[in-house]
Amino acid sequence: MTGSPSARDAAGSQPARGRFGRWRDQAVALGWLVVVWGLLWGDINWANLAGGLLVGGAVLVFFPLPAISFAGRLRPRALLVFAGRFAVELVRASLHVARIAVQPGYRPRGAIIAVRLRVPSDLNLALTAEAVSLVPGTLILEVDRDSGTLYLHVLDTHEPADLDVARERALIIERRIVRTVGSGAELRRVETASPERGTRP
Amino acid sequence: MIATVADWVGAGCLVGGALLGLAAAIGVLRFPDALSRMHAATKPQVLGVLLLLLGIALRLRSPADLGMVLLVAVFQLATAPVAAQMIGRAAYRSGRLDRGLLDADELAERGSGGGSAGPA
Repeated sequence: MTGSPSARDAAGSQPARGRFGRWRDQAVALGWLVVVWGLLWGDINWANLAGGLLVGGAVLVFFPLPAISFAGRLRPRALLVFAGRFAVELVRASLHVARIAVQPGYRPRGAIIAVRLRVPSDLNLALTAEAVSLVPGTLILEVDRDSGTLYLHVLDTHEPADLDVARERALIIERRIVRTVGSGAELRRVETASPERGTRP
Repeated sequence: MIATVADWVGAGCLVGGALLGLAAAIGVLRFPDALSRMHAATKPQVLGVLLLLLGIALRLRSPADLGMVLLVAVFQLATAPVAAQMIGRAAYRSGRLDRGLLDADELAERGSGGGSAGPA
């Protein structure tokens, strides 16, 4: 079962991390699945541990996922910054949408914009897409994986400048995510590259 | 003392979460097209659920319940955007959107006809 994914891993852009890296990823995933299983039962004992290992192993065997290239490392301080800003902006965005939902006779206008991310790795694409959907008044419609482009629907636009603001915000979210989990090279791309405003394809 | 405060803060969180859920429901009902409705189904809805969970956690205060609450919160945060994206994409591809309400559409300018196989 592990033969073909590790071959795909080696064939990908990632230089061969070998069988060991693949096994380590699987072990980490299994560990998390066991933790989830334990939380679901709300109790830690040997039966739950064994059951978690069994179910987690079955999940990993029957639903194999392509390897994600996690080249960076987790930075706790950046994670805290990200979580804090995320919470604040989630509250702000929620109140905004709730307000225009109950405002009588208001029809919000919208727009669909393309945002080209500066770090087009799968992990960054997925995390940014998730975060951008929740936080800054935008919603993911389509993902172009090859060029690393997200297509966002922006709610409640009034003037063309609002689209640039939404683009900026999505790129700021990306930068915070890369600061949290990105590698050094990815971090340099995000920090040095000037925020390109004209990202139209 | 602390228990009383936690109970009251928890009660406040429950009411706030319920109100946000109500606003999300009104938004889903009132917004003009599918894409706007997905906004209501993600942001206020997710925050409402998180507040409800926080209120529940503050009132139950037992480790087993906290684990379950944490799990629900994580899965809510992880799945709500994905569900909204799938519905939004389906709505866009099947043309169920009000172009009169769109200021710009850079997805249409891409011109490939939406045939890409993105990571769903």
